[in-house]
Amino acid sequence: MGEYRHRLMDYVREEIMPHRFCVGCGCGTVLNAFVNAVEEIGLEPTKMVCVSGIGCSSWIPSPYFRSDTLHTTHGRPIAFATGVKIMRPDLTVVVIAGDGDVSGIGGNHLIHAARRNIDLSVFMVNNMIYGMTGGQVAPTTPSGTKTSTTPHRNIEPAFKVADLVMTAGATYVARWTTYHVFPLMESMQNAMTRKGFSFIEIISQCPDNYGRRIGKPTANDFLKQFRDDAIRINKTEGMSEEQLDKRIVIGKLCDRERPEYVTQLHEIIREQVAAVKREKTK
Amino acid sequence: MIEINDDLCKGCDICIEFCPLNVFLKSDTLNRKGYYVPVIAEEDLCVGCRLCELLCPEFAIIITNE
Ligand SMILES: Cc1ncc(C[n+]2csc(CCOP(=O)(O)OP(=O)(O)O)c2C)c(N)n1
Ligand code: SF4
Ligand code: SF4
Ligand code: SF4
Ligand SMILES: [Mg+2]
Repeated sequence: MGEYRHRLMDYVREEIMPHRFCVGCGCGTVLNAFVNAVEEIGLEPTKMVCVSGIGCSSWIPSPYFRSDTLHTTHGRPIAFATGVKIMRPDLTVVVIAGDGDVSGIGGNHLIHAARRNIDLSVFMVNNMIYGMTGGQVAPTTPSGTKTSTTPHRNIEPAFKVADLVMTAGATYVARWTTYHVFPLMESMQNAMTRKGFSFIEIISQCPDNYGRRIGKPTANDFLKQFRDDAIRINKTEGMSEEQLDKRIVIGKLCDRERPEYVTQLHEIIREQVAAVKREKTK
Repeated sequence: MIEINDDLCKGCDICIEFCPLNVFLKSDTLNRKGYYVPVIAEEDLCVGCRLCELLCPEFAIIITNE
């Protein structure tokens, strides 16, 4: 067992490694898949801006990924990312943040960015909980489970966020888990290379602030469940909603073309600038 | 070749559980940070699938062609 330098260390802020995520936290695996995806498609981190909100998952790009990053306020990364993309359409803009951030407090930003089809890649780490603040119930917490704010059981149904984003109009939507690392990595590559609003829901584990309250104190407890409960979307035909509720539907939910927002906005700006110039030279 | 970085590993046991060839074993000694870094027990069995490398949350494993 030697000391070696990982081939992807150029992509992460090596000087602050090891990262601060708890033992077996899925955030580390998502970071791993993300840098592999970036390297695989040959994206230069200097041509990217990564935007995050507040929460453990928001630490994946900031501080750990070596691109320019915006670590914004809770729930607002998509709003900030929209501004970046409008001013610098030449850059690849990626949002990585948690389920509480993206689908709870930031839920409206999410559905409207999908509806507008803004050219962003949003990777939502769904650990089914508010991890950073101590394991409070999230809109994504499965019903019936215990959290620090639902000490008896959660009586709310969980949001199916990927389905919501697909319905709202995103061009590319997929769901994977931290067990399905190879397809997750490939899906991230697709999301970052295609134009339009791309969304990946990554079912992940928070052993510390969720797992230990529900009898799953280790990463492996979760990963085995993800492996066993996952079902490919093309195998779900004919299944009832009740049957599907017990499973994690994985795979690509949609991949389609729709007019993109920022491109159209810049078309209008160009038209208007040209019209003003014509007016002046008259 | 399989390499594990003792200083990055946090002993989560993911690689031990999910390597399809059971290459890793739990160690019985702590590293200097207080984690049980896995032992590479059956390196010859490794098929180079890189599942351990990708699943590791810590960038603590790398599989090379050497
Ligand atoms: C406006 C605002 N409200 C509430 C908080 C407190 N807060 C910080 S992180 C967080 C939830 C984090 O959950 P999630 O986004 O799922 O990230 P995780 O830690 O689970 O990765 C909350 C409620 C805050 N920082 N700002
Ligand atoms: S609290 Fe949960 S989500 Fe946050 S670092 Fe720990 S295991 Fe990960
Ligand atoms: S998966 Fe990585 S961090 Fe976890 S025990 Fe194996 S080498 Fe260590
Ligand atoms: S590369 Fe595959 S076979 Fe080799 S140690 Fe890792 S998981 Fe096991
Ligand atoms: Mg969360």
